[in-house]
Amino acid sequence: MAEHIVSSYDTELQHLRRRISEMGGIAEKMLVDAMTGLVRGDLPLAQTVIAADPRLDMLQREVEESAILTIARRQPLAVDLRETISAIRVSGDVERIGDLAKNIAKRTVAIAGQFQPQKIVVGLQHMNDLVLGQLKDVLDAYSQQDTAKALDVWQRDGAIDALYTSLFRELLTYMMEDPRNISFCTHLLFCAKNIERIGDHTTNIAETVHYLVTGETLAIDRPKNDTSIDATLDIGA
Amino acid sequence: MSPVAVSTSSAVGKSTANAAAPIRIAVRKLDFYYGDFKGLKDINLNFHDRQVTALIGPSGCGKSTLLRTFNRIYSLYPEQRAEGEIILDGKNVLSPSIDVNELRARVGMVFQKPTPFPMSIYDNVAFGIRLYEKLPRAELDVRVEEALRKAALWDEVKDKLKQSGMGLSGGQQQRLCIARTIAQRPEVILFDEPTSALDPISTGKIEELIEQLRSEFTIVIVTHNMQQAARISQFTAFMYLGELVEFDVTTKMFMNPSKKQTQDYITGRFG
Repeated sequence: MAEHIVSSYDTELQHLRRRISEMGGIAEKMLVDAMTGLVRGDLPLAQTVIAADPRLDMLQREVEESAILTIARRQPLAVDLRETISAIRVSGDVERIGDLAKNIAKRTVAIAGQFQPQKIVVGLQHMNDLVLGQLKDVLDAYSQQDTAKALDVWQRDGAIDALYTSLFRELLTYMMEDPRNISFCTHLLFCAKNIERIGDHTTNIAETVHYLVTGETLAIDRPKNDTSIDATLDIGA
Repeated sequence: MSPVAVSTSSAVGKSTANAAAPIRIAVRKLDFYYGDFKGLKDINLNFHDRQVTALIGPSGCGKSTLLRTFNRIYSLYPEQRAEGEIILDGKNVLSPSIDVNELRARVGMVFQKPTPFPMSIYDNVAFGIRLYEKLPRAELDVRVEEALRKAALWDEVKDKLKQSGMGLSGGQQQRLCIARTIAQRPEVILFDEPTSALDPISTGKIEELIEQLRSEFTIVIVTHNMQQAARISQFTAFMYLGELVEFDVTTKMFMNPSKKQTQDYITGRFG
């Protein structure tokens, strides 16, 4: 893309891109650390995740304020307007991803020392690896403005929903076996839900990348394999 | 599952472009010469009835030249000539058989700088009517009032119609010129950067007026203000070096233009 005649305009847009890439880096690290902390019961690591979140929140506010100022100052059009709006959207999604990772870390602290069925932990770890891959790819897609890569992320999210449903069933089984399992199972269920929600945010970002690059919105329903609602009905019957 | 994309240009609201509107002006294979210099090259473009079409592009791209062909105002200068066709109501306005005075009554024009005549406000508006029609005083009064009302100026000048038009503010003078133009009941109104000499309040009034006039007239506006074009037009044509680069619905042009040149220009990247 050619440079603007007014070079400070380029500086402003670059500033937005850099801040978002910084946010992405923080969110990725939070997600990795939150899961490692959960799997290993590593409370200090969980604490670092909790401590990292305010920086992410601050960056998100900064992106939003800068984007609003750019709109006020430059009245951006076409790709510049899409870029400015996309920055607001993506920073919002990344900030939420950070919140969800932080929530996993908080639950790690809450269930410290309790029995954790290996099968569930492995399942969560696997789900988290998939989501982390999506997050990395979609952030790359955003910085490279690569709509094909973004669409790939968008289509992969169904697999995470399917994993979530199977973990949901597994956890229900544990809970029915022994009411003493309910406490940590509920926490783990929320962890699984958090990861699934992070997956949704990566598809949000994928949709934003598509809009940013093509100027068009994705029209069809996103892939959904979350059938945990049916799972509840099955067991109740 | 393959994702389907929808265009975001389907904006709702009163300013939605109506591509199904009849074509009021059809420009076909239009070339324009300033002596040996070719100012317009093979322009083909349709202007839809009762829609605002904005012509944008850098200085010297030919947008004002194109505007000036519609009422043949260029023919005041002997070394300037146009070749091709501009069809207005089935007739080529470039044809020698067209009565230029009659054409200019049908295709009105408002310029960058307000051009009130050194006469009263009333006479400024009546001037155009008197050129073409002999009306009894009472009828003329009605026409002048109607034009001033449509130009959103009546309430400000109704008590001083005998005063000179030169005494009005810049924005009022511009609306007086618009009143003078619409008093002749034209079909098409051409605006050549009508607000570039006006303050933001007066500019807002002119933009509001153009939006209202759209219900009655086909409007073509040349503007250097991208946001203005985005606000008030339904269609936009981008010109560069005498050529038409891109023509589309305004929302599409300003959100997602097809041509790189258009994008570079409207985003301020032009080298």
